[in-house]
Amino acid sequence: MSLVFAGVCSHAPGITGRKEMADPTVRDPLYRAFDRMRAALEATRPDALIVIAAEHFANFFMNNMPAFCVGMADHYEGPIEDEAWLGIQRRRIPGAEALSHGLIQEVMNDVDLAYAQEWKFDHGLMVPLHFLTPRYDLPVVPVNINCQGPPLIPLHRCYALGRALKRACAARAERIALIGTGGISHWPATPDSGRINEAWDRNFLTKLLANNREDLLAYRDDETWREAGQGGFEIRTFISVAGAAEGHTGELWFYAPIPIFAVGCTVAVMNIS
Amino acid sequence: MSLYSVQKLLFHLNRDPRVRRCFDEDFEGLLTEYELSQEERAAVRQPDLGLLYVMGVNGQILMHYAALRGYEWRAYIEALREGERRYGPVRAGLYTRAEGR
Ligand SMILES: [Fe+2]
Repeated sequence: MSLVFAGVCSHAPGITGRKEMADPTVRDPLYRAFDRMRAALEATRPDALIVIAAEHFANFFMNNMPAFCVGMADHYEGPIEDEAWLGIQRRRIPGAEALSHGLIQEVMNDVDLAYAQEWKFDHGLMVPLHFLTPRYDLPVVPVNINCQGPPLIPLHRCYALGRALKRACAARAERIALIGTGGISHWPATPDSGRINEAWDRNFLTKLLANNREDLLAYRDDETWREAGQGGFEIRTFISVAGAAEGHTGELWFYAPIPIFAVGCTVAVMNIS
Repeated sequence: MSLYSVQKLLFHLNRDPRVRRCFDEDFEGLLTEYELSQEERAAVRQPDLGLLYVMGVNGQILMHYAALRGYEWRAYIEALREGERRYGPVRAGLYTRAEGR
């Protein structure tokens, strides 16, 4: 089969961990948008879900930091963070060992990957899964892009990763869904936490959903850092989804700056079918 | 210069249950296992979250150490602001610059 679904969403830990502190009139519509995404994803009857995420020093550290890493385990565990802090109970998450193995082998024709047979999911994976696969019954293939700090992989390599994943999925029998998850502008875990550059976010989302490769790859990390914070480096995950959905535009289902969640919360879907 | 070591210690504390046990049982012994300056060791021990932030510790690592030491979210953010007031701008690491391309 091939890719049957592609979308992007936020993963900020506050979305689940600080939900009591948020204004329900903006929080609940976000939760409904996640639910709409879950329903749309389920309607495509996927056999597995690839999540392109940007972990935050959960498994990978500067002693051996992969630019790209793909999980290859039979099962995973998460969240690695304190359960009360994140508001998500620790559990086992099914993996897709054979699919992971096949995808990694195929993608490596185009893009070099690290791979991992052990992986503890942090909020970057757990928050999307909490909403999108609440029964944790869909096998997951985690993909990580180092977005935490320089040296950062160039954006065109992220787009290439998406393209390569799409090609690899096309060679598989399984029906595969794909989610990219990151923040747009944000300054997480700093004194500027809660600052959000809404104009920058909306401009980025317009380019993403138009899926114009040149426009997306024109972003520069020094400008992103200045205008969108170090959290803005996570646009890499979204740009990978654009690469996987090349030739297709997308639809914004939700965007709202929610300062207590420290990010402009986003749910969007690419029209790949 | 040993920002890497401070972050490594806090990363291990956040993620490795055995290191967490050392923190409970022999904190001083644990500190000697990492190449830390006097100032860094004192900041971790106290903890002086504001100074750790100004030294350049990444917030994605520091916020979990803050939670381990009993700081609620707003108290954590306030500790960072206090650090900037007392010690000046961040000295090293991610928050001082980005390498563009
Ligand atoms: Fe993130």
